[in-house]
Amino acid sequence: MTGTPASAPDTADAPDGAAAPLHLAVALDGAGWHPAAWREQGARPGELLDAAYWTDLVAEAERGLIDFVTFEDALGLQSAAFHVPDNRTDQVRGSIDAVLLAAHLAPLTTRIGLVPTANVTHTEPFHLAIGIATLDHASRGRAGWRPQISSRAADAAHFGRRAVPRLTEDDVTDPESVARPLRALFAEGAEVVEAARQLWDSWEDDAEIRDAATGRFLDRDKIHPVDFRGSTFSVKGPSITPRSPQGQPPVVSLAHATTPYEFAALSSDVVAVTPHDRAGAAAILAQVAEAVKRTGRNVTERPLRTFADLVVLLDDEPGAAALRRARLDEVAGAALASDAEIFAGTPAELADLLLDWRSAGLDGFRLRPAALPHDLTAITRGLVPELQRRGVFRTEYTSTTLRGHLGLARPAGRHATTG
Amino acid sequence: MPATVGRRVHLAAQLPGIHNVTVWSDPRSESQISIDSFIRLARTAERGKFDFFFLAEGLRLREHKGRVYDLDIAGRPENLTVLSALAAVTTRLGLAATVNATFNEPYEVARRFATLDRLSGGRAAWNVVTSHDAFTGENFRRGGFLPEADRYTRAAEFLTAARKLWDSWSEDDLKADAGTGEFIAPGAGRFTHQGRHFDISGRFTTPPGPQGHPVIIQSGESDTGREFAASDAEVVFSRHNRIDAAREFYRDVKRRLAAYGRRPDDLLILPTAGVVVADTDEEAAAYAAEISRGLVGPQTAIAHLEAVWGRDLSGYDPDGPLPDVEPEDEVPLLEGHSVFRKGRAETARQWRRLAEERNLSIRELVIEVGGRQTFVGSPRTVADAIDDYVQTEGADGFVLVPHLVPGGLDDFVDRVVPILQEKGVHRDDYTGGTLRDHLGLSAAPRPARWGGPGRRLRGGHGGHGAIAGPSRYGGNSGIGGHDGHDDKETSA
Repeated sequence: MTGTPASAPDTADAPDGAAAPLHLAVALDGAGWHPAAWREQGARPGELLDAAYWTDLVAEAERGLIDFVTFEDALGLQSAAFHVPDNRTDQVRGSIDAVLLAAHLAPLTTRIGLVPTANVTHTEPFHLAIGIATLDHASRGRAGWRPQISSRAADAAHFGRRAVPRLTEDDVTDPESVARPLRALFAEGAEVVEAARQLWDSWEDDAEIRDAATGRFLDRDKIHPVDFRGSTFSVKGPSITPRSPQGQPPVVSLAHATTPYEFAALSSDVVAVTPHDRAGAAAILAQVAEAVKRTGRNVTERPLRTFADLVVLLDDEPGAAALRRARLDEVAGAALASDAEIFAGTPAELADLLLDWRSAGLDGFRLRPAALPHDLTAITRGLVPELQRRGVFRTEYTSTTLRGHLGLARPAGRHATTG
Repeated sequence: MPATVGRRVHLAAQLPGIHNVTVWSDPRSESQISIDSFIRLARTAERGKFDFFFLAEGLRLREHKGRVYDLDIAGRPENLTVLSALAAVTTRLGLAATVNATFNEPYEVARRFATLDRLSGGRAAWNVVTSHDAFTGENFRRGGFLPEADRYTRAAEFLTAARKLWDSWSEDDLKADAGTGEFIAPGAGRFTHQGRHFDISGRFTTPPGPQGHPVIIQSGESDTGREFAASDAEVVFSRHNRIDAAREFYRDVKRRLAAYGRRPDDLLILPTAGVVVADTDEEAAAYAAEISRGLVGPQTAIAHLEAVWGRDLSGYDPDGPLPDVEPEDEVPLLEGHSVFRKGRAETARQWRRLAEERNLSIRELVIEVGGRQTFVGSPRTVADAIDDYVQTEGADGFVLVPHLVPGGLDDFVDRVVPILQEKGVHRDDYTGGTLRDHLGLSAAPRPARWGGPGRRLRGGHGGHGAIAGPSRYGGNSGIGGHDGHDDKETSA
């Protein structure tokens, strides 16, 4: 479905007698999305770059039957400014490679989708394709990929290979003016995703034959070069990695403006958007639908799931989350600012909001816990039971793959012959 | 453990899964891509108290006569991604990967190894290779741009840049002090590197893991490769698995260390080795012959010959004599394979001579030149041979390449390892937590500079006794020169 209000819901894994199931993702980042979260009681600020911390978080998310978790990443230090590095020392800085982190968590989990961010501006498309395919093999079909362009010129200096647009203060005033100078990088990013998708399909599912009579391990007629030629790169192919359990691991992108909506229409299986109310959600979904139409995508064959992002602070006691937000803001020295709507309230209030916004045509939500582990635990032990009581969220995983959780069929390879 | 023990044997294992080192036609052969196979092999290696588990790299499928080569196992995962998963299901085993310095950038490679070292609690190792072939380059943005002569200058500069990145965070730069509100020290991760191959600067994202730097592995055997190993590597993979050549190589490489202010124990030499174990020596010999026939089927024999002859030989009988036609000169038939790059006509002459001398058929010849198993015999025979090899300074240990995925290490670990432990030359249990501990390497490496002596950056020799007894280093009969080996494995 396109996410437009008119489109029919997919009831592939809906509980009996219920409306379309609600999909929930959790966006994990550092100590949480509030810059002062790392100083909270219960935070583990010294462990943010270590395996045990992430193992605990993802185990908690899986207990909550969440569709997938995303891992933020970038090829440069975090910054409070969108477009330039800062020299701050009072916020979380430092990161580890998200694809490798997701792979590490794969054998420690069994059902939850694992969606790392990986850069499409500086990282080689071939490496990206085999990395995500390998994550899919290692997780037995639970890999996704959040492709991200690198919009900071400072990060390009870490590679010294190319210049990217140097954004100014004027550029970062609103999403459209941010996206405009980055159009070429988005276009290249879409090509990188396409190259990866072709590499993922370059081995047919039954290419390995082990035919002792002819001495052949492979049927080479089922392995295809990709010969991809983009505007800035080319990839010969085929992949070195056999087709993965999902065939095509879902691509998830975050979008705030026309250009990234088009990127999603071209490249993504899930698009996360940032409305601030139900009407805003409807308006954005209409823009996404227009982008889908412009790119000529057939959403019956290739559905595009739509998620809304929300930063969440959750406490059972009415008013407690707002107080906590104020306290965190005070520690940070500034009110929390976000591209996404910020919700502070009870799990029941959040459930009300999600169901209200969903009526605009959204398939699900990607929740950004403001403080970890507090707000994650509130999602899994407060919000999820609340949604289950209302009959709109799964009570057990009914699929073993991320595509399955999202109600997306496993696609046949583009070279597959029927019969 | 006996009071007097010999030199420690260092054991590593590689999941082969590709090329003709694994018998895929054996009914016990399982998937070479399933994570279960990797987990099974890694856990077996850890049960045997091995130093590390190694995965090579594949960047392009091999081609034969312009088409994907279909006779051997092909297809493999991205190695660092698999090792990151294995770090979750093992606790002590070192995790080593080949990553090519030609088709990657220092910032990303340094970051990925720092990540693996953190995820594994200090168990990462990097086999640094370079490639200059345009064939592999076709899968990458900048193609096969690197002139052959620049391979080691790029590798050396790549490593220098990576070390700057790992050293850009000092040990106490990550504060995470909720009381003071200081998360990092000012300027943490700042770096700059300017050189012929790289001009980069900025902030590095990742404080290094417990090892500071991953263990650096090198696998070149040319004179330049040996010098690079002596200046920069901590482990060398060699292909010398015949004792005389191995001892010469061992002496030559260890001899070169002093010029860089390094001691013989600062660099371990680990040849790759095939092992075939059975109840008796006779049974093992029979099994080894069976493995060889399994690895070199009739079609494989012809394909190997074609790779050397550079022409279609499909009309020849694999059980008949070698072709009497001459090789085509330097027409690449088998792309992405490193062995037949040089001297094809000379190789053909040698093979023909060998076949005539011993009256070998095509298939028998390919089996003969394809390399035999290094250690074949009963558990006692194999253990004695390995021990002897290490005690007489043919090697510091071995990288074992099993013939079966995933069960190919079981016999060795169950039957040979206990004998090595009895002899006191293999650990009964791990005594340290990091791969550097297992290898007896200093806690953080020296910052070597290409072409000149380095100095130690941090700390002293922090090994935890993985190497027992004094080294008997003293050889000086370097052989130098080139042996025609390529220093890489670039293709699946």
